[in-house]
Amino acid sequence: MSGFAQNTFNGLVSGAFYALLALGLAVIFGMLRVVNFAHGAFYMLGAFGAYVLLAEAGVPFWAALVIMPVGLALLGMALERAVIHRLTKLDPLYNFLLTFGLTLILQDLVKLRYGVQSSPYETPSLLSGSVDFGLFDFPTYRVFILGFAVLLCVAVWWVLTRTRIGMVVRASTERPDLTRAFGIDVGRWVTPVFGFGIGLAGLAGVLAAPMRAVNPLMGADLIIVVFAVVVIGGLGSIFGSVAAGFGIGLVQAWGEAYLSNFPLVSQTIVFVVMAGVLLWRPAGLFGREEAPA
Amino acid sequence: MTNTVDTPTDASRSTPPSGLIAVARAPGWVRYALLAVGLAVAAWLPNGLYPAVAVDILCWALFAVAVDLLLGFTGLMSFGHAAFWGTSAYVTGLVAIHVGLPFPLAVLAGALAAAVLAVPIGYLAVKRTGIYFAMVTLAFAQMVYYVANEWRSVTQGENGLQGVPREMFGVDLTDDYFFYYAILPIVLLGLAAAWRIVHSPFGRVLVGIRDNPARARALGYPVHRYKLTAFVLSGFIAGLGGGLFAVGHRFVSLDVLHWTTSGKAVIVVVLGGIGTLWGGVLGAALVVRLEDWLSFSGFEAIGLVTGGIFVLVVVLFRRGIWGSVAALAHRLAARRR
Repeated sequence: MSGFAQNTFNGLVSGAFYALLALGLAVIFGMLRVVNFAHGAFYMLGAFGAYVLLAEAGVPFWAALVIMPVGLALLGMALERAVIHRLTKLDPLYNFLLTFGLTLILQDLVKLRYGVQSSPYETPSLLSGSVDFGLFDFPTYRVFILGFAVLLCVAVWWVLTRTRIGMVVRASTERPDLTRAFGIDVGRWVTPVFGFGIGLAGLAGVLAAPMRAVNPLMGADLIIVVFAVVVIGGLGSIFGSVAAGFGIGLVQAWGEAYLSNFPLVSQTIVFVVMAGVLLWRPAGLFGREEAPA
Repeated sequence: MTNTVDTPTDASRSTPPSGLIAVARAPGWVRYALLAVGLAVAAWLPNGLYPAVAVDILCWALFAVAVDLLLGFTGLMSFGHAAFWGTSAYVTGLVAIHVGLPFPLAVLAGALAAAVLAVPIGYLAVKRTGIYFAMVTLAFAQMVYYVANEWRSVTQGENGLQGVPREMFGVDLTDDYFFYYAILPIVLLGLAAAWRIVHSPFGRVLVGIRDNPARARALGYPVHRYKLTAFVLSGFIAGLGGGLFAVGHRFVSLDVLHWTTSGKAVIVVVLGGIGTLWGGVLGAALVVRLEDWLSFSGFEAIGLVTGGIFVLVVVLFRRGIWGSVAALAHRLAARRR
């Protein structure tokens, strides 16, 4: 039983990363109809930024946890204004290509300066050690991540459902034309929402730094899994993306633990689930049907 | 996917790319002249370039045309075509090493394997359109990558398949210069097949589906089945390129299945001109040549340059080379009239 709890807990922790990234992708997609390929690159920049801040300027984890998301959000907003904005009126595939190009550029810039080897990042002293839950104990840092991510998702949910900004964002996510027709300036919220999504990716990156290998390629492979996650959850649905994030984390962890004879399972199970969802509910578990093609 | 789409929601109902129309309307002698020039350049290429680079250009030309068949003529952006290119590369390599078939047959086996793999992936992917199609194909290609990475007893994992033979009925093809001429007919056949598909009644239906899927369905065409057929044909042609690539390098590494390979194929097409078929060949030649030049001059961050090209092309040059030239020619012709 304690083994099961352990696996479930680990699944929720890795699910928390999927959820944070999927949440950012979903709000950006909702507002701009842009699928941001560079989301993984910003996650990597968050982790790398935290590492560089600590190694070269002695800035501690807690400060990085604020500096990196804010800095990356500003960078994201600048990027949205500079290029992404120009392409939002065209087919969304162009922005997918654009952000793909940006991913290659960001990755190689970091690679040029710091090489491809992974850099260790020490767990902040306050969060080292483990927490005893009676039957079993968990590493404190992972408990912190899970709590933090859940809190963040709840906070975002609160903002989206209980505030005026949230109402505007939700309305323009689900029915942009109708929202405009009500006289709401949708365009005004586009840049901040993009920045917010990027900030979330950066935050996930900083959180990942102490428990995952920090290297220039850490974001790229992750983002493809997150794409599968949002296809499963339904990209149009913010709740669906978060739920699918945690769900896939769980399924992966259980697969890894109970099907350990098949090392492929934990890596490919997300794609198998995606195939099943495409067969059963092509629009995603929580998505709405697209206009029939 | 064209430049004339006004609203994002209108994306599925795009108008045909200008390039295709302009070239199709060009007078017969212009088309024959272009064909003659193209064939002449293909025949001369390994004399003007390092032959190994010329071989790469041929392989990538097939890959680009395969991607354009979907992107330009069916309106589906596959961001996972490395799955077919790479699967064929591995199967070709394995067949050539273990069975010892002459290389054209090994490549055929590889391309068939790619086409077989394209059936389930295509069947699932055509259930979604637009950006979702891109994400789904990308995800499945990543799955293929993981499988190849994990299945070390067959693929040799990160070491790659070494020593793929270039055997063809005892003819010595170790020199890249002669190998180029050995594969040129195969590549030309593949390109001709793509041209034939696009200009067949089947291809016309694909364009009809691209422009207005709802109308095509209303006219009684089974849209999903047409898309799936196009996907499998495209997978086969990409597989031809991938198999030749494996024999050309006498080595297969995991790179052939990586998502950057899928992305590169798409940008080659966009650079050449979406929906122009031959534009992809030009794009392939330029990108392969550039990458060779960069790696030869010791520049390490190739992604910086390809990524930069990606961004520039998408922001400033969406018609691509062929599309821009065709549009210009079209405008000049219209003025003269």
